[in-house]
Amino acid sequence: MREAGGPVIPNYAAHSSSCVVHNHAFCWGWVDENWGSVLWPALRQHVLLVAAAVAIGFAIAFALALAAHRYRRIERPTIFVTTLLYTIPSLALFELLVAPVGANVISAEIALVSYTLLILFRNILTGLRSVPAEVLDSAEGMGMSRRQALWRVELPLALPAIIAGLRIAVVTIIALATIVYTIYDAGLGVPIHTALGEGPFKTELIAAGALAIALALLADGLLVLAQRALTPWARAR
Amino acid sequence: MHEFVEAFKFILHNGAIAGEPELPSLAHLALETLKVGAIGVAVSALIAVPVGVWLGHIHRGSFAAINLGNVGRALPSLAVLAIGDAFLGLGLSVVELALVILAVPPIITNTYLGVDGVDGEVVDAACGMGMGATEIIARVELPLALPLIFAGIRTASVFVISTATIASLAGFSGTLGDPIANETSYHFYGVLGAAICVAALALAVEGALTLAQHALTPRGLRLERQTQADPASGAVAHAATLSTQ
Repeated sequence: MREAGGPVIPNYAAHSSSCVVHNHAFCWGWVDENWGSVLWPALRQHVLLVAAAVAIGFAIAFALALAAHRYRRIERPTIFVTTLLYTIPSLALFELLVAPVGANVISAEIALVSYTLLILFRNILTGLRSVPAEVLDSAEGMGMSRRQALWRVELPLALPAIIAGLRIAVVTIIALATIVYTIYDAGLGVPIHTALGEGPFKTELIAAGALAIALALLADGLLVLAQRALTPWARAR
Repeated sequence: MHEFVEAFKFILHNGAIAGEPELPSLAHLALETLKVGAIGVAVSALIAVPVGVWLGHIHRGSFAAINLGNVGRALPSLAVLAIGDAFLGLGLSVVELALVILAVPPIITNTYLGVDGVDGEVVDAACGMGMGATEIIARVELPLALPLIFAGIRTASVFVISTATIASLAGFSGTLGDPIANETSYHFYGVLGAAICVAALALAVEGALTLAQHALTPRGLRLERQTQADPASGAVAHAATLSTQ
């Protein structure tokens, strides 16, 4: 993170274009020159932060949802705790984790994971519960064990709701990960912060902000495609 | 855990820091945060509820109404605030504009889902009783959709408090985010104390609105709802089932 009080214009080499010097709305030249050194590393870190958080969050939420599907009384306390975590504003949660865990990637991931849990848990459970009882009866009639019915009937039918949850979680975490820079020097928040400290430097602000939004839209689109590929029966209807 | 002890002392001293006499009190910052947030939510509701009610009433635009909510989530608060700062300068009105941009989508989505989801037979019955479109909206659809509309306002409120604190990172001062963004003056215990206050404020608002939502739910709907889990973020699950169709 760049210290406050540093140079007024960022990456302000002798050959800066007049566009950058005059801080025009958007300077393609700057983006071109600083893609490899500023924007791409931030984007890559952002993707890694989000991917790790969603993967871990999904594993936890999936286990909890399966448990709540079997034992109903797990649902209420889980909803209560995950709602609590979801409600705490991101900036505050990051700082609250710094005291016990430290200003590092682990704090960042704990916070990001905690924001995925409510969304994923609710959607996975809703999906599992939406499987009609007759379908489960026929699975049983075909001689499937409970475990077989879960993996071969209930989960495939719950897939659309699960992926809908993943879409919301991924998009939310991509937006929230821009705040990670306050405790750990990574992600698209880093160039946004640099740009804010310098004027603000518009090109860098817009480029980093647009990358975060584009990443969210791209991830959302990929998940829609994944859902289509994974649920071929839904298209036939 | 020593840091937490210091942070609670900071809260008990109402945000006073030795050697920094000019800092505003925590109570003042908390009230300002609530004020900034309340304006944002009120303006958003004034825009979003009529749009959502109308779309739900004519049962059109489900794709737009639902996906608007998802697009809203994709906008990073910090980027929206920063871009507003770059082009308009970061005064109260630009912060409110950012809050409205972020708070309108969840309210539209939930209002739409609430009104669109009103049982068609109920609307037919109201029609048969001689009610016109305005009366159906005001006396049937709105009351029945109220719990979901309120869930949307609740989501938006928590979102707005979070964003109002993030505004401090973008250089807007006057909210509880100030101490968090200014570790130089406040030291880490001040940052932590303010973080505790922000979390408490958000939870208190969520709790108060949950109670209000419960009070606003028509009695007939309450029975029905007890069989389901309390819709903490009812729209999430609801939107999930809808977008699978």
